[in-house]
Amino acid sequence: MRHKTFFWFFLPTGLAMLLFIALPIVSVVTQSIFAPHEAVLIEVENCTPLVGCTTETSVDQEATRALREAKPLGRFVGLDIYFDRGHLAVSELKEVWASSETWGGFWDRLYNLPLYRALAFTLTFTFVVTPLTLILGLVIALAINSLHKHLKGLMIFFSLLPMIVTPLIGSMILFWMIDSRGILGSALIGLSGDPDLSLKASTGLMWIALMVYGLWHASPFAFVVFYAGLQTLPTDQLEAAQIDGATRWQQVKYVIVPHLMPLVTFVALIQLMDNFKVFEPIVGFSAAAHATSLSWFIFNDLGGETRQLSSASATSVITIIGVAILLSPVLVRTWRDFKGAR
Amino acid sequence: MASRAQRMPKSLRIASTLFVIFWFILAAFPFAWTVWGSFKVELDFFSISNWTDGLTGTRTKAVYGSAFTDTGYEGAWIQEEFWRNVLNTGIVCFFVVTISLTVGTLGGYALSRSTHNYTFWLLITALIFRAMPPITLVAGYLLPFFEWNVWGILPTTIIVLVAINQPFTLWMLHSFFKNIPQELDESAKVDGCNQFQAFRRVIIPVMWPGVVTTGLFSFLLAYNDFAVSAMLLSESNRTMVPAIAAFLGTTQTEGNVMFAVAAVVSATVPLFILVMFFQRQIVGGLTAGAVKG
Repeated sequence: MRHKTFFWFFLPTGLAMLLFIALPIVSVVTQSIFAPHEAVLIEVENCTPLVGCTTETSVDQEATRALREAKPLGRFVGLDIYFDRGHLAVSELKEVWASSETWGGFWDRLYNLPLYRALAFTLTFTFVVTPLTLILGLVIALAINSLHKHLKGLMIFFSLLPMIVTPLIGSMILFWMIDSRGILGSALIGLSGDPDLSLKASTGLMWIALMVYGLWHASPFAFVVFYAGLQTLPTDQLEAAQIDGATRWQQVKYVIVPHLMPLVTFVALIQLMDNFKVFEPIVGFSAAAHATSLSWFIFNDLGGETRQLSSASATSVITIIGVAILLSPVLVRTWRDFKGAR
Repeated sequence: MASRAQRMPKSLRIASTLFVIFWFILAAFPFAWTVWGSFKVELDFFSISNWTDGLTGTRTKAVYGSAFTDTGYEGAWIQEEFWRNVLNTGIVCFFVVTISLTVGTLGGYALSRSTHNYTFWLLITALIFRAMPPITLVAGYLLPFFEWNVWGILPTTIIVLVAINQPFTLWMLHSFFKNIPQELDESAKVDGCNQFQAFRRVIIPVMWPGVVTTGLFSFLLAYNDFAVSAMLLSESNRTMVPAIAAFLGTTQTEGNVMFAVAAVVSATVPLFILVMFFQRQIVGGLTAGAVKG
């Protein structure tokens, strides 16, 4: 295809991505190094006879507006926003590091800094849910694959539901059940006789509940991909393994899993990226008091009356860097493949 | 799988069946329960005194004389005007899908047919864009949108969702077009068509399976999006998902959680129907990327 033809074919989609993905990234980076102008203050001296003179400080509305219009980006602050208490909190970090004697104390105090709190949950969620998703997906695929033909279709239909459902809605549906007043939650309290078994009261339970939701939502994807992989399983290899006396577990371990390995890598990567974005369940579970994530952090800064664009931008940049780190192995591999192909 | 040696021993067969039943309950019961509970009063769906109330509908009977009531739906659809949000979602989804597919087929086709180096870089850029959480871009949208006075309206959100959708659409359609033999359009070009005519007369007629699958996923993205639509739409233009989130904030204080439950069930029904009719395409689409990746 000639360059010119390619250009015209690619123009609409290229323009869309340039204007609404690439430029906003530039804009986000710019905003993260500028802070809003502080109000211009003026001191006015009021002198009244008999009382004397007082100086009053007030906001000079006109000058403030003029300054904001002259430099709409705000004042340049460099990396200050990144290092302030709401983000990387460098000075607090140093102090915590110097004053904590044990690792436990260090983590506890680190956890009080909002960004590290969000990061702690995001990373735990990502690295707990992703491997469990792979295992659960594989087990479901193996179990459903051994079913009768007519049942398979039906089971695939029901298995797709947790994945297809809107994440916010799915998390609400689960939350309404496992909340202390929901059917499962109250049944649990009733059966165990422990009224404190409530999600809202316990950070640990809330984290577990959020991860169960993540597993519930993501496993169908792993299942579908692995199930498709199982359909292309070479039967002669399995038969050879059986003749050699491999047990069922050995067959899974030495024949099926190696056959599915490329798919496992694929699902793992997609899940890493998706789990790193975790956001909706925190809103759906009203879990912000116990768990926050990077995406939730940005959303929270942007929402409400005071839109803290600079703060949100700085977190966005940190998140994008995180995604880039997660993605780097893939990029390196794709680059090698590309080099090798030429 | 018919060979005798492949047949499972009894214990494993039982374990496997039990596990399938367990997964079936895990996947389906929450939906069934929420649909069932949406026809109850709040004190049944969220029981404090006795968890069996939800099954028997004791409180609902006490208030309305029957174990089922449609007050939740009435409250959501009529009192809270949920139909407006449904309408908005319909508009957003329709335009996002059509525009994404039109723009994406052209781009995906070009990427699959060009052999130049830059196609690789474009695809890699698209992959990076695909991996970024969309919420990270929102901070970049707000200022210009306020400045141009286009914040809060549906067309803006549609264009943004189309753009966010493009990386995925490009990758998916790129691999679909790769599977259509290049000889088809080559021969059309030999017969005197230019590239666009070849695309229109030869490729368009055979591309529909791929386009339908990609369209399904574009639809799901637009339908399921919460973070971007919640940030970019004003209160009067909200789509379903942000509206449901807002229900939670406002109705919990008024004791009308059942409105939210009814709205959630209403919003799940279209997805249910979608899976029912397009199960094969969805499974195909999910695996198409994997088998090649």
